[in-house]
Amino acid sequence: MSGLYFRAIWLRNARVWRKHVMSSLIGNLGQPLLFLIAMGYGLGRDIEVIEGMTYLQFIAPGLVASAVMYSAAFETTYGSYTRLSIQKTYEAILITPLEINDLVLGEVVWAASRGFMAGLIMLAALPLFGVWPSVWTFALLPVLFMAGIFFAAFGLIMTALATNYDFFNYFTSLVITPLFLFSGIFFSLQTMAPKARLIFEFLPLTPIVNLSRMFCYGRIEGIWLYQVGGFLLLTVFSVWLAIVLLRRRLIQ
Amino acid sequence: MTRSKPPTGANIAGRVKREGEPVVSVAGLSKDFGDRRAVDDISFTISSGECVGFLGPNGAGKTTTINILLGLARKSAGRINLLGREIPEKHRQVKRRIGVVPQADSLDPDLTVAENLLTYAGYFNIPKKKALAKTGELLHFFALSNRSDEIIEHLSGGQRRRLLLARALINDPQLLILDEPTIGLDPQARHLMWERLEILKEQGTTMLLTSHYLDEVSRLSDRVLIMDQGRIVAEGAPRQLISEMVGLEVFEVEGSGAELDELEKKFSTCKAEIERANDKLYVYTREECDRLEKLLAGKRDWLRRPANLEDLFIQLTGRSLREA
Repeated sequence: MSGLYFRAIWLRNARVWRKHVMSSLIGNLGQPLLFLIAMGYGLGRDIEVIEGMTYLQFIAPGLVASAVMYSAAFETTYGSYTRLSIQKTYEAILITPLEINDLVLGEVVWAASRGFMAGLIMLAALPLFGVWPSVWTFALLPVLFMAGIFFAAFGLIMTALATNYDFFNYFTSLVITPLFLFSGIFFSLQTMAPKARLIFEFLPLTPIVNLSRMFCYGRIEGIWLYQVGGFLLLTVFSVWLAIVLLRRRLIQ
Repeated sequence: MTRSKPPTGANIAGRVKREGEPVVSVAGLSKDFGDRRAVDDISFTISSGECVGFLGPNGAGKTTTINILLGLARKSAGRINLLGREIPEKHRQVKRRIGVVPQADSLDPDLTVAENLLTYAGYFNIPKKKALAKTGELLHFFALSNRSDEIIEHLSGGQRRRLLLARALINDPQLLILDEPTIGLDPQARHLMWERLEILKEQGTTMLLTSHYLDEVSRLSDRVLIMDQGRIVAEGAPRQLISEMVGLEVFEVEGSGAELDELEKKFSTCKAEIERANDKLYVYTREECDRLEKLLAGKRDWLRRPANLEDLFIQLTGRSLREA
């Protein structure tokens, strides 16, 4: 029972979200869908096969992963910071039986749910572009949710450190956008110079992009277990750090 | 403004009156922020059914003390027992039975009035059916029933404050902590809040109230604690403290320096404390000084009034501004 306290926070966020479903879905899905059209369909026609796929097929799973990242990270930066500062929602919550752990879990699981939903909608939209995911895609769903947890916790860490909204402009420009561009969504990491490749392989979105592509087309490679395990450790660590930093911020 | 009569029969606080048991017991509490000692070895108790006013200038340590009681700040030393349990160890259980009206408005602006209460009930894990019933009851008591589906942005300041108080009562608290409950309200809205708080008090709700409106504190509190620079500098029933420490009545006289010098001499024939501040003479009488009024016969700018909590507050904490 005690582990489920965070549910009330999830429900609170869901209640607020219901009031502006449309704007939030467009905000979260607009970018990955536009990239899919511009790059996959537009640019892709002039690109020959890449790792045995058309360019559209190549980038589609990675864009699914990026939709999860954007949705989750934006929810726990701009969204959570508004609740922390302007709306004083966290203060209102912490004077009830709920504690920092519950608050962090509630926020992170909520943002991961939003990320997961964005990923699902992207996956469901792929056939419209002639990309048909394999049955293995079901195995990808828990991975996408885990990615949501990680990027949500990452965003919440930024919120715990932020002093104003400008801080998130740095986060977006210096962290999220580079992850979007350099995690192997748009180009193959396999053919890169080993040193450059090593850096890109260690970006946190890279394993999720790899796993998405693997599971989406059922081309399972042995490395998947290491990537899932490594990412899981990273996720646990980031949730823990979010709890520590938010506690430092909120409890004097 | 709606001023519908609240249902006096219903026990909105849901508590049976049990006087005498300590609800709050604080011993030797201190809090340091780096080198600064915000709370300095304070001890106090609040008994069940009591309303205690917690006063002090800005930066005196009131808010820090309340934050420690609520787990929003960690104590540096001391022991706290709330509702019979040690804090912070048993915070989760204790906070089920505490209601708080925070100083800053923390209502959910996107949600409606009723949704705000239902969401808050969720934080206390109150079953849906019970939460719905309690929400209806509270909205009625606070004259908000007709605003139930309105979003918060459309409420007046007074309505928001009443909703904050309603929210604090969603869990039938045994202890209600009110941090500046009527801040920023117009007189009508304040009176409406006071009426509701008085009903809660009659029903036996234990309250800890901080406010800078000393008329509010006089009206609601059985006892006051006055803090300054982290310490409790006075404690007791307001009337008793005022008569012991300030006096019976106050004469305030304006005039030129020479006039006031002369008056000051004459006033000293009666047992009274005399203070000069900002071109004003303040005389705090310790006995019946009716004859003094004759001395003021020709003067225009003077005032004779009963001594009040504000006099006590100024006497204990000084006239200078406290700004962090």
